[in-house]
Amino acid sequence: MRDEPLVLGIETSCDETGVGIVRGHTLLADAVASSVEEHARFGGVVPEVASRAHLEAMVPTIDRACETAGIALADVDAIAVTHGPGLAGALLVGVASAKALALGLGKPLYGVNHLASHVAVDQLEHGPLPEPCLALLVSGGHSSLLRVTDITGDHGDGAGVDPMGATIDDAAGEAFDKVARLLGLPFPGGPHIDRAAREGDSVAIDFPRGLTSRRDLERHRFDFSFSGLKTAVARWVEARERSGEPVPVADVAASFQEAVCDVLVRKALDAAQADGIEDLMIGGGVAANSRLRAMAEERAAKVGVRVRVPRPGLCTDNGAMVAALGSTMVARGRTPSSLGLPADSSLPVTDVLAS
Amino acid sequence: MLLAFDTASPTVTVAVHDGSDVVAELAGESGMRHGEELAPLIDRALRRAGVVPADLSAIAVGVGPGPFTGLRVGLVTARTLGHVLQVPVHGVCSLDVLAIHAVAAAVVDSPFQVATDARRKEVYLASYDERARRVDGPVVERPAVVATDAPVVGEGAALYPDAFPNARGPLRPSAGYLARAVVGEYAEILDPEPLYLRRPDAEIPRAPKPVS
Ligand SMILES: [Zn+2]
Repeated sequence: MRDEPLVLGIETSCDETGVGIVRGHTLLADAVASSVEEHARFGGVVPEVASRAHLEAMVPTIDRACETAGIALADVDAIAVTHGPGLAGALLVGVASAKALALGLGKPLYGVNHLASHVAVDQLEHGPLPEPCLALLVSGGHSSLLRVTDITGDHGDGAGVDPMGATIDDAAGEAFDKVARLLGLPFPGGPHIDRAAREGDSVAIDFPRGLTSRRDLERHRFDFSFSGLKTAVARWVEARERSGEPVPVADVAASFQEAVCDVLVRKALDAAQADGIEDLMIGGGVAANSRLRAMAEERAAKVGVRVRVPRPGLCTDNGAMVAALGSTMVARGRTPSSLGLPADSSLPVTDVLAS
Repeated sequence: MLLAFDTASPTVTVAVHDGSDVVAELAGESGMRHGEELAPLIDRALRRAGVVPADLSAIAVGVGPGPFTGLRVGLVTARTLGHVLQVPVHGVCSLDVLAIHAVAAAVVDSPFQVATDARRKEVYLASYDERARRVDGPVVERPAVVATDAPVVGEGAALYPDAFPNARGPLRPSAGYLARAVVGEYAEILDPEPLYLRRPDAEIPRAPKPVS
């Protein structure tokens, strides 16, 4: 194990300042500082507030990660950093810090894709990633289905990370936040809806399943849409309020959550079967949702698909996922990125490693 | 051996000072690509000076005021490098660097002001005595509100000639002067904290709009 690379990963694409340290695929530290509370009163992440918080948290979080891992910075073999996609100003703080580490330590720098990192993190929990595998990534910022044939990206052999489908409007996590607000639940909405839903009836209200009609399936078989669902929930709640009746928060939460999970799981398993892929990985903040995990496992088992979901702490944005992908880059001998590495807020999912 | 840089203006500037003089000074291409430019410029400046990062004994960084995104690139780079190399990080107000440069270059010999571009039709402004000691500011303000016939150094003056008819160079901070000011101990040393001067743009959302 001593021979495996010691990699430090930095993640600042949204509101979490994450620094993770791994040796090979062994997690040594996963330090996260979140500015979520500063954003809560705005009902969403405010980019400038997030960027300011990253600057303040960056060095202390690096320090905390090293302390937890019991290593000195000088021991690190490589630095990995999320350089996109995400909030431009927020990404830049992590990218600049990673470059300073690489420069100061004289170690290679790997600028990696945030989405691929969400997939790679599962290696820390369940060992090497089966390739090919299908990844369903769902969070406040992304909802995509990816075919992963090489987690380090395409290196001229046509294998890599390829999008099969994505949301055409809101991300799934965004829908959770908006519905939570309608129901008077705090931001971020995911955990609160999950909790409220446990007391509710998931078939109480028949909310729409986006892009599942026959006509939609022709053009958007593996794509998602959550904005119609969000509007349907808003209409239902308003009608209830207008008629003077109390809003059954638990039932609305459970029925909404069921609609989201149903579409996610249905489409993911359809994609797996269409491509003959036997392993489904679920990542991103929404993967922490208890109903999504249970439903995926139950339905996947019926069609012979294995499901891998990292524990909730590794599903949300963190530095360990970046370190995990960086470690795979080192292990597979990929060429490091240059010190001129840009932050790219709209980095395509196919670009896994920056040149 | 001091490494100095400033990212508070559109031009990234990097210098290395060996204790007796500036031995390397480089500038970026003014494209507001601070995140891309800074680290390679530091790398080149160190090579040009013939030193490795471990030779550095301190870091000096411009703490603004200036456009936030670029400013943070400089500050997080300085803080991280300082942490890795276990050397002190000295912050200097970027307007002070311009003032020190102007006095050293003898473009002013009486009390003056420094103004830089704060965008949104505003300037960052501070007042100095004839020896480049800051006596007021920095503030962020509309040019008309702080208009003056006194000499004004920096790009802010050049951008708003109606408010600042007595504009002087230099226009943007130079890391060479930042380094000289720190080594020569005539800069006021600040913590490496950004001088934002503005609160983040953020609105508290109103209650959800009805959809029907
Ligand atoms: Zn994410």
